Amino acid sequence: MTEPARHSMRLGTRMLALLCLLVALSGLSAPAVRAEELNVAVAANFFATLQKLAPKFEQASGNKLLLSSGSSGQFYTQIREGAPFDVLLSADSDRPKQLEAEGLGLAGSRFTYAIGTLVLWSPKPDVVDRDGKVLRGGAFHMIGIADPRNAPYGTAAQQVLTALGLWQQLNQDKKLAVGENINQAWQFAATGNVDMAFVALSQVSDRNAISGSYWLPPQALYTPLQQDAVILTRTSKRALAETFLKWLRADPQAIAGIKAAGYHIAE
Amino acid sequence: MIASFYSPDDLVALWISLKLAAVTVALLLLLCTPLAWWLATTRSRLRVLGEAMAALPLVLPPTVLGFYLLLFLGPYGWGGRLMHHLGLQPLSFSFGGLVIGSMLYSMPFVIQPLQAAFHAVGTRALEVAATLRARPWDRFFTVAVPLARRGFITGSVLAFAHTLGEFGVVLMLGGNIPGRTQTASIVIFNHVEALDYSGAQRLSITLLVACFILLLIVYSANRSRAEVAAVA
Amino acid sequence: MSLALDIAWSRADFLLQVECEMPSRGITALFGRSGSGKTTVLRCIAGLERVARASVRFNGEVWQDQRRFLPTHRRPLGYVFQESSLFAHLNVRGNLEYGLRRVPAAQRRIGFDQAVRYMGLESLLKHRSDQLSGGQRQRVAIARALLTSPQLLLMDEPLSSLDLASRREILPHLERLRDELSIPIIYVSHEIGEVMRIADHIALLEAGRVRAFGSIHEMLTRPDLPLAHLEEAGSIFDGVIAEHDPRYHLSYVDTAAGRLAISLRAAPVGQPVRVRIDARDVSLALEPPEHTSITNILPGRVMDVTDDRDPAQRLVRIDVGGRPLLARITQRSVVQLAIAPGLALYAQVKSVALMD
Repeated sequence: MTEPARHSMRLGTRMLALLCLLVALSGLSAPAVRAEELNVAVAANFFATLQKLAPKFEQASGNKLLLSSGSSGQFYTQIREGAPFDVLLSADSDRPKQLEAEGLGLAGSRFTYAIGTLVLWSPKPDVVDRDGKVLRGGAFHMIGIADPRNAPYGTAAQQVLTALGLWQQLNQDKKLAVGENINQAWQFAATGNVDMAFVALSQVSDRNAISGSYWLPPQALYTPLQQDAVILTRTSKRALAETFLKWLRADPQAIAGIKAAGYHIAE
Repeated sequence: MIASFYSPDDLVALWISLKLAAVTVALLLLLCTPLAWWLATTRSRLRVLGEAMAALPLVLPPTVLGFYLLLFLGPYGWGGRLMHHLGLQPLSFSFGGLVIGSMLYSMPFVIQPLQAAFHAVGTRALEVAATLRARPWDRFFTVAVPLARRGFITGSVLAFAHTLGEFGVVLMLGGNIPGRTQTASIVIFNHVEALDYSGAQRLSITLLVACFILLLIVYSANRSRAEVAAVA
Repeated sequence: MSLALDIAWSRADFLLQVECEMPSRGITALFGRSGSGKTTVLRCIAGLERVARASVRFNGEVWQDQRRFLPTHRRPLGYVFQESSLFAHLNVRGNLEYGLRRVPAAQRRIGFDQAVRYMGLESLLKHRSDQLSGGQRQRVAIARALLTSPQLLLMDEPLSSLDLASRREILPHLERLRDELSIPIIYVSHEIGEVMRIADHIALLEAGRVRAFGSIHEMLTRPDLPLAHLEEAGSIFDGVIAEHDPRYHLSYVDTAAGRLAISLRAAPVGQPVRVRIDARDVSLALEPPEHTSITNILPGRVMDVTDDRDPAQRLVRIDVGGRPLLARITQRSVVQLAIAPGLALYAQVKSVALMD
């Protein structure tokens, strides 16, 4: 065998040994059992908010929240296939209702933890006026929205544009950039690729202040963006799940956090 | 210092990603070597079918692939029911499930370089070995495998990197559960979703640098050898 | 002691039907044009081509028949391929040891050092195969095959991909193999020069069939075969160096046909050599020639007279000391000298070439 060949073979053997070691170690480093962990599936739009709230709940209860972020549709599929979540915080109310009807959600545990607000937003000042007249002017290149077929905020945006009688025209003129979800719609606008976008108020409000320019469409123009939570039937930590949802619903800190993030609370 | 730069979730996710990539590559090499060998040497008409099937994971969007795997491995799917009959937990939402998903997802990246490498080895070198008294298995391990070394290296590197960057399949099949199935790429996505771009950048750069170093090591180990043809 | 073949194999555009028994001694050339099936026959003997209707028996041992098939790695043979086929991932030593290691120690008849010496590879052992010349690679390939201590060596045009210098470098090694190791060799070739130099027997293949088989002396001179009608047709004689004459710069070789003078050679007395006499360099005389410049004059008896390619020429086969000598002379001379079978005469040989 030539010298380089032998050398690289030795190297290969070493790398293989290292891999084996890593894999073996991984068995040892499995996390020690903590007080109690609650697996929370949380809609992407509420993920950042809940991340900020979680330490407060963990401090109050002494338990830990494991947050998994994703789309409500994906969570629905995964829960049907036995995903080990204890609680779902959905971005809509349809899926939690459906889970409840199918027996996968605990009957009676469902409630609306937040109501989203739709906003037409641009990161630049003076692009969007407070009455949304910019939509009729046509002096813009493109508007970003989330896909109405699977994102509640996309549906709401479509309802608003339809109510204004602009939906067909904008579609014909190819002036709508459709993001897969509300975050993509936000990214379109934030990166300047569209002039403005229909996004969630929670995405653009920081402690009740909004940078750039925006228009809040009248709530009458779209179906309320109710976000429901539900305890999943398969949970083995029902008590903890109930404690968490109760905290989310009633704790003043939690309510303040949700409101500060740009959501309403059901009265 | 490390702990202040990365959050604990980041570190756990990085660790899961590395482990997943390593296990996936190791198992794929075991599985794909005979398969690629068969594809490279058979004259059967089934070869075309095999080649097409081996390339299929490239076609499906990763989330769709993950979705089908989820159905298959879930408690109502064949895979899940099989596990149940064997008295085992379903593989969905577990590390084992991620391994299966990653293997399927990265399989073409191992099979194709291996098949090409085995094809380049050709039959002559093996015939020579046969006339030198080497039995079939002996020929395979002492002639075909060393001559196809480049294919093994390329396939391993591609599959490793591809698994590290994998997102759709692990998200769907794993459920994004911290400490169990949440990989670095998902954490990066979570950071982006939470508009935490600096967190996303920290992890992204880590992955990029780590992979870059890995590739440098592998390719420089390989460089010292002259180009390998089937037979000189 | 023999290699018995009975092969019937058909493909869309090719039919191979070979029934032949070859002596398992010396070098047997499988000679024919490209496409005549030479390589296929060799691959069948080795078991590399799996032909259903074939039987191969070597020294009474069945390698293959209707029921049995001994796979290649269990046949005690060595194979040298047409193109260099060294393992690229191993250096020269690794290549040589590959086969050696796979032969049980008790069955080894050729040692590593011996094979290295035979093929002159001492200085190359650490080289990679891509650092070798074509001739060097083929020498390594031959040594590698030898190190499995084969009972039969198969060579598929081992020199055809080499330049003239490399061929000259290898041929003496092959002769040493034949003379010193007494391993029978089947040697596929389409180069008559190569065959004349080293073969003891020739199997002539034409369109998938063995047209004729026999000793090289017979096959080169048989008027019913194409070999005798080639431009470079001639006869060969094996002998030993008998004496040197430095005064006239001559060496003498004793052969079955008598003593022949050749240009002075630096070969030791007693060394076996093969000489070649081209048919066009032989002229015939009815009386012992006296005042002639020709040195080599051989008495003989006409065996037959046949037409040649050129209607002006005729081919005369003469028995000299039990070996056939081929002469190409004009038809006019045949008539004028009334040359006919049975006639005793003298062959004047203008040039004798030592084959090296």
